Amino acid sequence: MANKEVRVLGAWPSPFVMRARIALNIKKLDYEFLQEQLGSKSELLLKSNPVHKKIPVLIHGDKPICESLVIVQYVDEVWSSGPSILPSDPYDRAIARFWAAYIDDKWFPSLSGIPRAQGEEAKMAAIQQVRDGLELLEDAFVKCSKGKPFFGGDSIGYLDIAFGCFLGWLRVTEKSNGVKLLDETKTPNLAKWAVRFCSDVAVKDVMPDTDKLAEFAKVLFAKFRAPPPSN
Amino acid sequence: MAKSDVKLLGAWPSPFVNRVQIALNLKSVDYEFQEEKFDNKSELLLKSNPVHKKVPVLIHNDKPICESLIIVQYLDEVWTSGPSILPSDPYDRATARFWAAYVDDKWFPLLKELRTTEGEEAKAEISKKLKEGLVLLEEAFIKCSKGKGFFGGERIGYLDIVFGSFLGWLKAVEKIAGLKLVGELVTPGLAAWAERFCSHEAVKGVIPETDRLVELAKIIQARLKAQSAPK
Repeated sequence: MANKEVRVLGAWPSPFVMRARIALNIKKLDYEFLQEQLGSKSELLLKSNPVHKKIPVLIHGDKPICESLVIVQYVDEVWSSGPSILPSDPYDRAIARFWAAYIDDKWFPSLSGIPRAQGEEAKMAAIQQVRDGLELLEDAFVKCSKGKPFFGGDSIGYLDIAFGCFLGWLRVTEKSNGVKLLDETKTPNLAKWAVRFCSDVAVKDVMPDTDKLAEFAKVLFAKFRAPPPSN
Repeated sequence: MAKSDVKLLGAWPSPFVNRVQIALNLKSVDYEFQEEKFDNKSELLLKSNPVHKKVPVLIHNDKPICESLIIVQYLDEVWTSGPSILPSDPYDRATARFWAAYVDDKWFPLLKELRTTEGEEAKAEISKKLKEGLVLLEEAFIKCSKGKGFFGGERIGYLDIVFGSFLGWLKAVEKIAGLKLVGELVTPGLAAWAERFCSHEAVKGVIPETDRLVELAKIIQARLKAQSAPK
């Protein structure tokens, strides 16, 4: 499908944007990466995603596709000759979609809850939530991988992408809060999977460097931090 | 397929459960319905959905599938001989999934909020946002239906089920809050679609009567008030 143009509106720190890029890499597709600047939105973004005004947006030809998981499924369905991203079995697909939804609706918000927690007690509670979630995901990994290296089996699949995109931010959170979240002793399979995922050829070039991301996080919090609550 | 092969754990007032019932009806699947009580969840539910402990859960050949949108897609992928629920074109699928996510993540939470909001000003604020959302959905309807009767075209499809399942509560909240949200003036396409959807063979008898939901809302409100700490 070489004649149609593929563009991604995104930003290098965004895990959601990373999902789209990993999917395109898996399918070995060329695309133009148009980066949005922090604090301002391009005309093209506002036109392509008027409802949410958010990245990522995939523009295929002249058609915009929004929402990272919708984009990943779209890429999988259009470029069907490339390696499959969703599992082929309907039940396995349902399981992959279930955990992807869990990660987006419950787990990632809990990770974001750590830097936002006010006070030691709240912070400890937030950390525990993330760890509890990782234990669930450890079980999910064992079930989904069936002894293979990835959630998707022999190669990276939907759930690898949905979860793996957050590894950069996970490491930044560990570093800036002086806490271990992904623990080899508690979640050994996930720990090993994380290394495998980050060194995969489809991921390597789009996974941001932890230090670079940590620097970016400082800028982000400085710019958008809410004022402390009044007593 | 024997009835015992397919079991649905649900609750009559839940629009999420209604989605699955409609999809099962569309595919003409025989199934056993187990009514769950909110304050007394069955062993089977807790075992089948340990992560969220919520309905709906579809149990197919002893394997549980959770999350309404995931269940609907699963049904579509397993019962391929019945009418298709997801559109066949990948871009149309992406569009349907986009609006399904919008309805669940942005629009319905507002409707839930309106149900329990008191005070004219607060109600007006939320209903304004809801109406803006409905205008977006009206535009989506015109684009997706392409002149036909449903979001899915000539036949009920994914987005019809996802959005249509909220029509019971929409009418109930209109009654409770004393205002009209969907009307022939601002959203004529949706108004006509709503009639068509609710009288469809696969939907009739699934979406609860408005008055029944209004009564239930009153009971829930009263219970919540009784639970909140006395002065």
